[in-house]
Amino acid sequence: MKQALSLVQKLSAHPDSRCWFVSWSPNGALLASCGGDKTIRIWGHEGDSWICKSVLQDGHQRTVRKVAWSPCGNYLASASFDATTCIWKKKEDDFESLTVLEGHENEVKCVAWAPSGNLLATCSRDKSVWVWEVDEEDEYECVTVINSHTQDVKHVVWHPTQELLASASYDNNICIYKEEDDDWECRATLQGHTSTVWSLCFDATGERMASCSDDRTVKIWKEYPTDSGQGNLSWKCVCTLSGYHGRTVYDVVWCRLTGALATACGDDAVRVFKEDVTANPDEPVFSLVAQVTKAHSQDVNCVAWNPKEAGLLASCSDSGEIAIWRFQEED
Amino acid sequence: MSSKMSTGSQLENANPVIFQRSGERLLTASEEDEDVHDPIDDREIFDLIRSINDPEHPLSLEELNVVEQVRVKVNDAESTVGVEFTPTIPHCSMATLIGLSIKVKLLRSLPDRFKIDVHITPGTHASEEAVNKQLADKERVAAALENSSLLEVVNQCLSTRSI
Repeated sequence: MKQALSLVQKLSAHPDSRCWFVSWSPNGALLASCGGDKTIRIWGHEGDSWICKSVLQDGHQRTVRKVAWSPCGNYLASASFDATTCIWKKKEDDFESLTVLEGHENEVKCVAWAPSGNLLATCSRDKSVWVWEVDEEDEYECVTVINSHTQDVKHVVWHPTQELLASASYDNNICIYKEEDDDWECRATLQGHTSTVWSLCFDATGERMASCSDDRTVKIWKEYPTDSGQGNLSWKCVCTLSGYHGRTVYDVVWCRLTGALATACGDDAVRVFKEDVTANPDEPVFSLVAQVTKAHSQDVNCVAWNPKEAGLLASCSDSGEIAIWRFQEED
Repeated sequence: MSSKMSTGSQLENANPVIFQRSGERLLTASEEDEDVHDPIDDREIFDLIRSINDPEHPLSLEELNVVEQVRVKVNDAESTVGVEFTPTIPHCSMATLIGLSIKVKLLRSLPDRFKIDVHITPGTHASEEAVNKQLADKERVAAALENSSLLEVVNQCLSTRSI
């Protein structure tokens, strides 16, 4: 089987700045990017190419680190080094700032919407994870502050179907949280990485999670049932992908359509791994099936699979660029 | 980046040993020839960082032996630069700030293709691992450089002294 990543288009998205993160809208039609120039840009398809549809500025005073679309696609949340999270509402072709979530002591590193769209999680260098509740009036209220990490929290991500939240930290650990009587509690701490965990992604079913780290590895974690079904959750590392990445792995993303796993690395490369479907599910085997060693001229910060178009991958870099790739498999 | 700044008059290392500064580098004929590919070498990197000011003393990092040419490793073909620096005392609270200044100097001076790794010389600082981890975390370095008061201190370290 021949597999390759081919370049569709490169965009100078955040010139003279870093592009930190890209995120596809739920219908796959728009791509939001953010960066060190304090702006958020919205990219859309026009004819044969991707163009900038709108620029969201004046929302943040410092770097915009990450952005996240609500599951309905009508809202965009942006996490900034200015210690705030902005909520933007889509209005026809533009976006307006709806509200600003304040409370973190310093840089907000990540924001993520729960699958229901009623909850939002943020995390910060202040070591905390906050869960916010959204009501029908577009009012946001912080319902919990969780302090399970001992260091800077880099990433938060929700389970694809359940109200289960995971976070990754500079303390090398991953925490998984569940709500218990109106309180969010850490129900599992996943230890194994030997340096900062930069990103996390659940697979389509939510039974497994991929993590990536400054230790240059990617780990696959699997949930195992516990005796009582109550109390702590049991997640075990079932696979470690080592030897593939030359520097820090900044992002890992699991395609919900194809199961392909893509990584963004500080060695400028974008890589795609596929699982050997014949392997024992308790000892999965992943192989490198495609890579572009000089995908960007500088560190790759993020990779994102289009949620509707199988094989369409976006990446972004310290060079300020976005690249759109097509991952093709030929039988 | 949580680099503590000493603000009082109390010096951490009151009597540092002072080392001789290097002489000027001699340019070779091929270096002056614009048509010859001239890879960046260890000495050129060292020249970029040796005059950085110590945050505490009116001396350069070279004069305090915090940076040495033998602790600079450049590979132009692979676009990598590694620098080890040696704090003057094992509990130096300025270690992160010094490392950050070296990193910023190199980030500003070198082409973007270079990967720059700044570490403490192994075994020379009590918090070596923690300082190395902070310096390697580009997200925290980026956030630190958006902090105007910290940036001002770094720029002071990088400003050219009038002797």
